[in-house]
Amino acid sequence: MSWKCDIIGETGLQFYGKTVASLTHEIKNALAIINENAGLLKDFTLMSKEGVPIDPERLRSVSEKVMKQVRRADDIVGNMNRFAHSVDEPLKEVDLGEILAFVATLSRRLASMRGVSLEARRTASPVTITTTPFFLQNLVSLCLDFAMKAAGEDKTVGLAAEKRENGAQIRFTGVGGLAEVPSNAFPANRAKILLEALRAQLGVDREAGELVLTLSKDID
Amino acid sequence: MRVLLVDDEEELVSALAERLSLRGIDADWVCTCYDALERVESKTFDIAVLDVKMPKMSGLELKRRLQEKCPDMKFIFVTGHGSEDDFRAALSEAGTAYYLVKPLNIQTLIDKMNQVLKG
Repeated sequence: MSWKCDIIGETGLQFYGKTVASLTHEIKNALAIINENAGLLKDFTLMSKEGVPIDPERLRSVSEKVMKQVRRADDIVGNMNRFAHSVDEPLKEVDLGEILAFVATLSRRLASMRGVSLEARRTASPVTITTTPFFLQNLVSLCLDFAMKAAGEDKTVGLAAEKRENGAQIRFTGVGGLAEVPSNAFPANRAKILLEALRAQLGVDREAGELVLTLSKDID
Repeated sequence: MRVLLVDDEEELVSALAERLSLRGIDADWVCTCYDALERVESKTFDIAVLDVKMPKMSGLELKRRLQEKCPDMKFIFVTGHGSEDDFRAALSEAGTAYYLVKPLNIQTLIDKMNQVLKG
């Protein structure tokens, strides 16, 4: 059991590191835009000292860009904080719709790098299970990573949760390239151990281009 | 000096291009690697400033493709938070002097552009 715990710990750290690196990269971009626009405002004031009139409309537009990026950075920091708190409770009742929307938000930049769009579909009523939130986020992220690779550029990968008699299912749709992927490519060892820890099963529907993650109602 | 700025953050490259223009530098910008490859078909640039991480094609791959089209073009790489691997890859492509980390200091960028053009 201990080697499995080691793998889960290592996988979790990798997931944490990869996610934080992506989010901080995005914060850097927001800061870089704020930096250039603040620089532009400074340029305008220097030009004004030399007698070039300042256009109030330009000032308004540049200031709005700064405010927009402050909001963007604040949202990212909010998501980082929420992500950090996802390890607070080892067992918790979670709404799968919320988990999927959150993992999609965390993965947005990595998806964009691959030219893939993500669409987390919410259900009319919450689909809840009792699980380990961080492990589940990690497993969903591994499935999503595989789904994005298999989907290919300019595709949309959908994520949707639905209730089942003894739990719930998560569907990753739009994974059109599954037919070309060797059957042993996924799940790899790390995902297999997370599946076991979460009492979950993964199915691959090559024809429909879907991954189906079946989750127990309660892993306690 | 004619500069092509390539970064998927439009508000970054547009502001940077405006600031460079205010300093007498002819700066043009695009937000995708494919647009960059197209832009060099119609306009000549002395130097390209490339973001390392961009959607669909990395800045390093773009440099190789631009170099095939424009053998005399010089390059500077810019990154948000490069990993060690990114840093090493960019070093091998551009050299340590021509790898800048965001947020940029505009004077440092101009100095680097002058250096790379002299080198």
